[in-house]
Amino acid sequence: MYSWEMLSFNIHDGFLEAIVRGNRSGLLTQADYNNLCQCETLDDIKMHLSATEYGPYLQNEPSPLHTTTIVEKCTLKLVDEYKHMLCQANEPLSTFLQYITYGHMIDNVVLIVTGTLHERDVNELLEKCHPLGMFDSIASLAVAQNMRELYRLVLVDTPLAPYFSECITSEDLDDMNIEIMRNTLYKAYLEDFYKFCAKLGGATAEIMCNLLSFEADRRAVNITINSIGTELTRDDRRKLYSNFGLLFPYGHEELAVCEDVDQVRGVMEKYPPYQSIFAKISYGESQMLDKAFYEEEVKRLCLSFEQQFHYAVFFAYMRLREQEIRNLMWISECVAQNQKNRVHDSVVPIF
Amino acid sequence: MSGQSQRLNVVPTVTMLGVVKARLIGATRGHALLKKKSDALTVQFRAILKKIVATKESMGEAMRASSFSLAEAKYVAGDGVRHVVLQSVRSASLRVRSHQENVAGVKLPKFTHFVDPAGASSGGPSGASPSLTGLARGGQQVSACRAAHVKAIEVLVELASLQTSFLTLDEAIKTTNRRVNALENVVKPRLENTITYIKGELDELEREDFFRLKKIQGYKRREVERQMAAAKLFAEEQLAEDLALKRGTSMGAATNILVGGGDKDEDIIF
Repeated sequence: MYSWEMLSFNIHDGFLEAIVRGNRSGLLTQADYNNLCQCETLDDIKMHLSATEYGPYLQNEPSPLHTTTIVEKCTLKLVDEYKHMLCQANEPLSTFLQYITYGHMIDNVVLIVTGTLHERDVNELLEKCHPLGMFDSIASLAVAQNMRELYRLVLVDTPLAPYFSECITSEDLDDMNIEIMRNTLYKAYLEDFYKFCAKLGGATAEIMCNLLSFEADRRAVNITINSIGTELTRDDRRKLYSNFGLLFPYGHEELAVCEDVDQVRGVMEKYPPYQSIFAKISYGESQMLDKAFYEEEVKRLCLSFEQQFHYAVFFAYMRLREQEIRNLMWISECVAQNQKNRVHDSVVPIF
Repeated sequence: MSGQSQRLNVVPTVTMLGVVKARLIGATRGHALLKKKSDALTVQFRAILKKIVATKESMGEAMRASSFSLAEAKYVAGDGVRHVVLQSVRSASLRVRSHQENVAGVKLPKFTHFVDPAGASSGGPSGASPSLTGLARGGQQVSACRAAHVKAIEVLVELASLQTSFLTLDEAIKTTNRRVNALENVVKPRLENTITYIKGELDELEREDFFRLKKIQGYKRREVERQMAAAKLFAEEQLAEDLALKRGTSMGAATNILVGGGDKDEDIIF
């Protein structure tokens, strides 16, 4: 199967792969980042960005720019590219592309449900949703009062429906439940995505499973670190880890009982791929961990462009763009807040 | 100055002098007290000013740190995290309580912040127990951001309290100083002028009295002298009368003799 892809891949997906690789070369380079880091005002950033692919999107923005506007416009560009690709895609690539957005969809559902619980206006909430995660019936989420209703009335028609089967309770929704629900959904989504990729087979399966394993492991570590000192019990914590990845199952058992960051480090250092990440972080410090993970993720995503005839490039491209938007946001925040000495703390250059 | 030349419109009597003097003493004491109050307020004022400067500096720091921690949280947890946090707030858990403090008779409003247990238990983001927001990514940054903002709010509340006190104190000091100056420059000079006026008038009266007494005394003395002289004359006459009677001739006859003897007598040849 592995070698036969080359014969048939370009029949349906060759055009889109060409497009995505073309888009890839539009990503900001290290030189662009260097220039952006030198900026003194947000207008300078806009000027620098006008020479890149973001130019047309920021062109007509009036001068008192805000960080949010920049981020919004950059996200808009990503969404436009995504929609363009989705329109051109055939099965199973279109399904694959849709899978990429389910994460945002989960976030949107959770956001709407939380807002509804606190009696906010639905239209106001809809504006705040991530544009990649929109679906038709999202506005009707507001009617739901508990999980069961939520499922029965709305979500059964969405692609998220299977994920809900795991976390259906008729308990009333509250903040704790919602956050756990979000993570349960995400876990189910990752597992489903993993299965889907494995089914596709070939280079796609090989690369995507690797990327998703990393994603699952990163989530496991983050959940562990962030739940230290909260009311989340060990069993609940254990249930939020995805059932695949390098850490599954023994690492998860060990992570579930961790009580502080250094214990997490002790667990992770047994896994060679993560050893290098934790080696960068000095003891007792967890702030740099996110950046280290982002760097590792970017490295892995970039490597996926080294092979041809597989779908992981689409996933990698979307993720890299998201990282790029994060970088831009960080740079503009630093520039806007006059914290230029911290600019280099969190920027992850992509190529 | 017109104020200094003024005086109260009073009848210059000793009673009034007593009354005005009592008022002057009262005014002096009031002036001293107000001056003391003004000094105390000024001391407080400067202390507050110093604190405001310090707090403002630390506020700049705290605000920068808090907004930067928000940027950090957004970087790690994604831009959507602010909506998630915003949506899960029911009621504010950090609240401000206002009470009054008495400094030298001036009531200064003071603000203190406290954590409202009702707001905290309703799952507000500044609840006592850390919420699970951003469990999968950026939870720590979110709570760090929360801590930074709570600190910023503390500084803000302190600053608000100080600045309100500052304004109130400023007003109070102005009023007190106005009173001090009014007492010093208007009321006291006027009372003093009145006292000098009354004293002057009383002195004048006294001098008039004295002069009159002197005059009467002189008149009386002259009268006595005159009477004494008359009495003396009378006594001498009386004495001469007696002498003449003893000689057998009346004083008048003798005189007449003398007088007659003085005249040219035709009987006498030489």
